Amino acid sequence: MSFPWAQQYSPKNSFMRWMDERLPLPRLAYNAVGAGYPVPRNLNHFWNFGVLAGVALTIQIVTGIILAMHYAPVGTMAFDSVEHIMRNVNQGWLLRYAHANGASFFFIVTYIHIFRGLYYGSYKAPREMVWLLGLVIFLLMMATAFMGYVLPWGQMSFWGAKVITGLFGAIPLVGEPIQAWLLGGFAPDNAALNRFFSLHYLLPFVIAGVIILHIWALHIPGSNNPTGVDIKTPQDTVPFHPYYTAKDGFGVGLFMIAFAIMLFFFPNALGHADNYIPANPLSTPAHIVPEWYFWPFYAILRAFTVDFILPAKLWGVLAMFASILLLFFLPWLDRSPVRSGSYRPTFKMFFIILLIDILILGYCGGAPAEEPFVMISQLATIYYFAHFLIILPLLSKFEKTLPLPTSISASVLHGEKQEAAPLEVARPKRRPRAAPAE
Amino acid sequence: MVRFFGALVGMGFIAALLWSFGWGVNAQLTETHTQSVEHRFHQEPRDVAFSTDGPFGKFDRAQLQRGFQVYKEVCAACHSLGQVAFRNLADLGYEEPEIKAIAAQWQIEVPSINPDTGEATTRKAIASDHFPSPYANEVAARAGNNNALPPDLSLIVKAREGGAPYIYSLLTGYQNAPADLPAEARPGQGLHYNPYFANLNIAMPPPLTADGQVTYADGTNPTRENMAKDVAAFLTWTAEPNLESRHRTGLAVLIFLLIATILAYMAYQNIWHGGADRRVRQTGPLDPENQAKSRAAKKEAGIKG
Repeated sequence: MSFPWAQQYSPKNSFMRWMDERLPLPRLAYNAVGAGYPVPRNLNHFWNFGVLAGVALTIQIVTGIILAMHYAPVGTMAFDSVEHIMRNVNQGWLLRYAHANGASFFFIVTYIHIFRGLYYGSYKAPREMVWLLGLVIFLLMMATAFMGYVLPWGQMSFWGAKVITGLFGAIPLVGEPIQAWLLGGFAPDNAALNRFFSLHYLLPFVIAGVIILHIWALHIPGSNNPTGVDIKTPQDTVPFHPYYTAKDGFGVGLFMIAFAIMLFFFPNALGHADNYIPANPLSTPAHIVPEWYFWPFYAILRAFTVDFILPAKLWGVLAMFASILLLFFLPWLDRSPVRSGSYRPTFKMFFIILLIDILILGYCGGAPAEEPFVMISQLATIYYFAHFLIILPLLSKFEKTLPLPTSISASVLHGEKQEAAPLEVARPKRRPRAAPAE
Repeated sequence: MVRFFGALVGMGFIAALLWSFGWGVNAQLTETHTQSVEHRFHQEPRDVAFSTDGPFGKFDRAQLQRGFQVYKEVCAACHSLGQVAFRNLADLGYEEPEIKAIAAQWQIEVPSINPDTGEATTRKAIASDHFPSPYANEVAARAGNNNALPPDLSLIVKAREGGAPYIYSLLTGYQNAPADLPAEARPGQGLHYNPYFANLNIAMPPPLTADGQVTYADGTNPTRENMAKDVAAFLTWTAEPNLESRHRTGLAVLIFLLIATILAYMAYQNIWHGGADRRVRQTGPLDPENQAKSRAAKKEAGIKG
């Protein structure tokens, strides 16, 4: 958008010309995801995941709206209405399994998308707003997924709602009134179920709105790339369409295959058996665990076992929220001028440790709260906070980075990225005589 | 500033975690840890194959009918099947008159009202009714079962870790408590030792007590193993009646997606690496053709520059 060599939209026929003068929607699409958006030519497959997250959100909204036509958000009927969808609604099983597994796949692609940004330094200037808006989307996703898991009103729905809203009870003085206000009572019941349903229906559209801002903010500086080097010349870019629409099309195909395998052959593998037991406030499940995508945060929550100045429970709640909120400060914690982890060998090592660390946290979060999992999650939580709050700021001061390529094209010429579009492709016939200032 | 406060907050969390970790280490070193009784004696479900296993799995209709017979003659005395309607039995291969007969002859009647007086009464079940519960309510169910509640079986295969093999193992797993079982873990009054059950002692009395408890119409030998396996297969169907169409649809969808993805890959390769002479038409303001057009337009309108 802000590149002077971006191709301009020109209506192909009189109708499109008529349209363009009145509602230039085709022009908007052309500039946003069409040939009018120049994108670095060296993006690898990790750059597919933003589009995949959009696909996952679309699947969730479409299946969710149809499910809502058959679902009853009433404590006494919710569980049976879900079974009604599974048994009596035409293709209801497909809709519900697609929605339940779709949530997991939404998180899988979003996590990969986030880690892509972490590794290639996509959160750094001038893309801070892209990163911040992305985190807002992530928080909204977590809230939406949590409330959605409550709706089938099974045992894990009920007890998950109780435990998570109970977190607010750890806030000193006002905690318990806040918890009662959130639930509309002292325990999850009809009031909670109804408002969770209402918000679960609302938030995906809020997410869609923030995604528009996210993409808008992205289009100002343009996409980052695996070298982290700024775009300098037209040779560094290819138009989004057809290059990245084609590459994303292949990515979407692979995503749909993975999704279909889970949906049709292992539809309950990512869920919990207890959620097929109707909610029963009088019977506590042996292990209350959230869905897998919350496990790392659940492990952080449970890592604080002994009071230390503040009550342990409050430490856990603070740490869990801090573990996400600190990401909002990441662009200012990591001041290294080099974006891409490929040119930061020490950062790369710590990044891999962080990745393993979060996988360990995830495993511990899903395990029962007993040794050795508690002690392991304590050590892993220490590393998590140390990585972002201590190691990254120090690294950006002391790290010796590798020399950067002079441009994206130079890195492609030297064969650094096999995946990049060959240079002869889409090169303008002649260089612009005087490129206007960016 | 951000980094200073960030480091401070980080140190705070790390200090609290080290404190917790220290106490954890201390507890590990000083306290003696004994494995829980459940941990020592609990057994994982036995390996048993069902026709529904795997991506091509299908129901074995004859087995489902046998399993339904076991449910009807044994389980239905205590366990409801509330999510399933008599009409659903058509999936098992029963014809409509058979289903009507099964419903009409069901030992438990369906709650109803007297059409003349409006008083509560019961009537014979019809095909559209769901299987009636053997108990009027939870209190009645507990009163009749030593204060234990027999769970509804509609979803039991999906509601228990281990699924159908767990049901099979549980039904065939009743045994005398081992001699080295600690006294506090021994089955109390009205409980029965079963190593496949989570806390080892289950309130359900052994339901399949002897070979030949039911008489199969198709001549299958009604051993306890067979009856347990058949009813587990039947309950797989009640939990997931759409399993076959799910598998069928899944295969069709995967074949479609595979072809679509191969085409998408070829399109991607073609666009990125195909044809060395491929050029994207320059339509930008720097394109000489466009520049000529705008010059001509400006000239026509009398604008200089």
